[in-house]
Amino acid sequence: MSETGTEQYNFKIVRSFAFSALFWLVIGLIVGLWIAFEMFNPALNLAPWLSFGRLRVVHTNGLGLGFGLAGIFATSYYILQRLTRTALPFPRLAQAHLYLFNTTIALAALSLMAGMNTTKEYAELEWPIDIAVVVFWVMFAINVFATLIKRREKQMYISLWYIIAMTIAIAILYIVNNLEIPVTLFKSYTVYAGANDANVEWWYGHNIVGFIFTVPILAMFYYFLPKSTGLPIFSHRLSIISFWALNFAYLWTGAHHLMLSPLPEWIQTVAIAFSIFLIAPSWGSVINGYYTLQGNWEQLRTNYLVKFFIFGITFYGLQTLQGPLQGLRTLNAFFHFTDWVVGHVHMGTMGWVTMIISASFYYMIPRITGNQLYSIKLANTHFWLILVGQLIWTITMWIAGIQQGAMWKATNPDGSLMYSFLDTLTSLYPYYRLRFAAGVIYFAGILIFVWNLIMTVRQAPQKDEAEQPIQNKELQSWG
Amino acid sequence: MGITSKPVVFAVLSAAVILIGSTVTVFIPLFMPSTQPVSAYVKPYTSVELEGRDIYMREGCNNCHTQTVRPLRTEVLRYGEYSKPEEFAYDRPFLWGSRRTGPDLNRIGGKYPDSWHYRHMQSPQSMFEKSNMPPYGWLAKNRLDTSNSYKKTSILGYGFSEQDVQVQISQYRSKVTADTYLSKETRDLVTPAELHHELTEMDAIIAYLQKLGRDVKNLETKK
Ligand code: HEC
Ligand code: HEM
Ligand code: HEM
Repeated sequence: MSETGTEQYNFKIVRSFAFSALFWLVIGLIVGLWIAFEMFNPALNLAPWLSFGRLRVVHTNGLGLGFGLAGIFATSYYILQRLTRTALPFPRLAQAHLYLFNTTIALAALSLMAGMNTTKEYAELEWPIDIAVVVFWVMFAINVFATLIKRREKQMYISLWYIIAMTIAIAILYIVNNLEIPVTLFKSYTVYAGANDANVEWWYGHNIVGFIFTVPILAMFYYFLPKSTGLPIFSHRLSIISFWALNFAYLWTGAHHLMLSPLPEWIQTVAIAFSIFLIAPSWGSVINGYYTLQGNWEQLRTNYLVKFFIFGITFYGLQTLQGPLQGLRTLNAFFHFTDWVVGHVHMGTMGWVTMIISASFYYMIPRITGNQLYSIKLANTHFWLILVGQLIWTITMWIAGIQQGAMWKATNPDGSLMYSFLDTLTSLYPYYRLRFAAGVIYFAGILIFVWNLIMTVRQAPQKDEAEQPIQNKELQSWG
Repeated sequence: MGITSKPVVFAVLSAAVILIGSTVTVFIPLFMPSTQPVSAYVKPYTSVELEGRDIYMREGCNNCHTQTVRPLRTEVLRYGEYSKPEEFAYDRPFLWGSRRTGPDLNRIGGKYPDSWHYRHMQSPQSMFEKSNMPPYGWLAKNRLDTSNSYKKTSILGYGFSEQDVQVQISQYRSKVTADTYLSKETRDLVTPAELHHELTEMDAIIAYLQKLGRDVKNLETKK
């Protein structure tokens, strides 16, 4: 047997990052609910730092960089050590990484509320914080590559490929997009102007979403799905093709965020073509996931984790169809700037991303603490609440988006506009209210999730139950 | 499979694959003048307008307002002439936005008198009961900080001398604090008495809003 017990690995860091992720998740969602409320009732703009314009970026950064990255660090440190059968070479560095990470995210949130905002989406942080982000990323990368070089398992399993690609891509994206000239400690100007800035930004924006909300989530999926089901991934060849095609094509598509803008048309057209192409590698992973369960679908009922994975990958599949379609020029002319896109975003984040991270944590935390999960029943409740919350949330926004797009475009027989801007906006308030309610349902599910994991950690350890050696060999033997 | 047992080679190969699309669609266009053309009719922001722009960024107005009118019939009808690439030559960063919770602002300059903006920024709900735009009255209570104005314009390469910047600031101050200023009454209403003779953040952001799209409108009237 390849695994020689818990003491050899550094799982403390996994646990710390997992709970950091949960912390930022709760904070980010509270802010999300706050801004969702502000969108139909501006009374919550109680102070400058609570105004919508400032808080919205706290929501996106808190969840993307706080929750997303912490979840990625937790699972990556776990997966890395397991798949290489090697302890982290620099545990002290990992600990420093943890402290720097959490300090940086806290400062990020505070600085955004103070209005230090470069306005480049998902890169809003000012330059001193950018430097901190780069530093903690390098700390992470050192451990990643040192572990890989020292590894005891010759072949690197699929999940490790995705972790490598993410480590490199995010470094390139983050540094290039954030090149800026400081004015003061709290203010800088980007080095790019106008259309170039837009092009660099959306190359970054699309891919930072790809390399935070897709690539590492696939790493988790490819590792934790076989681990929790005891079933090997359906096709190794399909995962190789999907991996390289995804990484190649993703970087060409940023301009689908700039359709019909003043950006040169050829860049937009290239982006559309590659967006369509992306369906293939994306669905490569979806199919790989479904077929892995071939003949074992009863696990959907018997194994509480499988639900998270299968629904999660299904939402990923829907996302990767919806994305290329809304990137088409004619459809984008209708949907761009509307609530439709907000629906797209949240099916990805509240469906795919949170479901996979939830299941990964449910798998890891009991194993690294040596405790049993506090309550499978609560885990099921958590699942249904976030599923229902997310579905109401996103479907509401899709309908709102269609109505919004149609009202913006509606004209009278004489060719004049049928609705004023405010007519359209106020007709959306009922949807915004429903979205808020759906967010509350989802948030309740997340609170149960957090509670369940806290209680799991608090139980007295039951060592004998700790290591269930589920098919460790399967993953390792893949070349 | 060879490379799945060689992490460094694997990493280098991944980087290469990632850099192909990046180079073609992003890095090369950076060096093509046609990506961001420059035109004489588009003027850089004055330092007061630039300070206003920085406040626009600080408050995250871009989270609700776009600044690109697309070449679509109903959009041009609603907002005005569609956006041209050369208009953005001085925009660092660009502020095109991705969500349109509020109307596009790329053609807002000259659409309303300053007094409209003072009232609207102070309380959007007093003008449109159901607007969800946050009130920004506090901007009128903050003195405009111009200590870095010259440094800002020089970093952006607008080509103003330190003196130019000072003149721009004092000229704008004289304009909005003069008794003859057309929007004096509203300005005095939203501005605390002790700042009546100073430039406030509210003055600057309104100067910025009034600049948006003005160059295009001027060009059209000339034609
Ligand atoms: C929560 C979203 C939101 C934020 C944030 C926001 N606005 Fe608005 N804004 C709106 C809406 C909705 C309208 C349309 C109703 C109205 O005029 O109040 C609007 C209207 C405007 C208008 C009038 C546009 C026209 O053509 O009539 C201006 C100018 C404006 N906003 C400027 C700003 C500035 C400057 C900021 C930042 C300090 C800002 N807004 C922040 C939502 C927002
Ligand atoms: C209770 C659940 C949530 C609520 C109520 C909520 C609310 C909101 C609101 C109101 C917006 C602004 C929409 C707009 O401007 O029109 C938004 C944007 C966004 N949210 Fe959430 N959110 C939730 C969950 C999440 C999660 C879990 C994530 C990520 C992990 C996330 C990531 C984002 C992102 C990336 C955007 C920006 C979208 C864009 O620019 O188009 N949200 N959210
Ligand atoms: C093949 C896959 C995908 C394609 C081609 C795609 C395409 C698109 C397009 C065209 C937009 C811009 C819409 C507009 O503004 O008009 C968009 C927005 C967005 N997508 Fe996707 N999408 C894909 C998958 C995903 C996934 C899996 C996620 C995961 C969460 C995601 C998250 C987002 C976010 C956060 C935005 C909002 C960006 C912003 O405006 O701030 N996408 N996507």
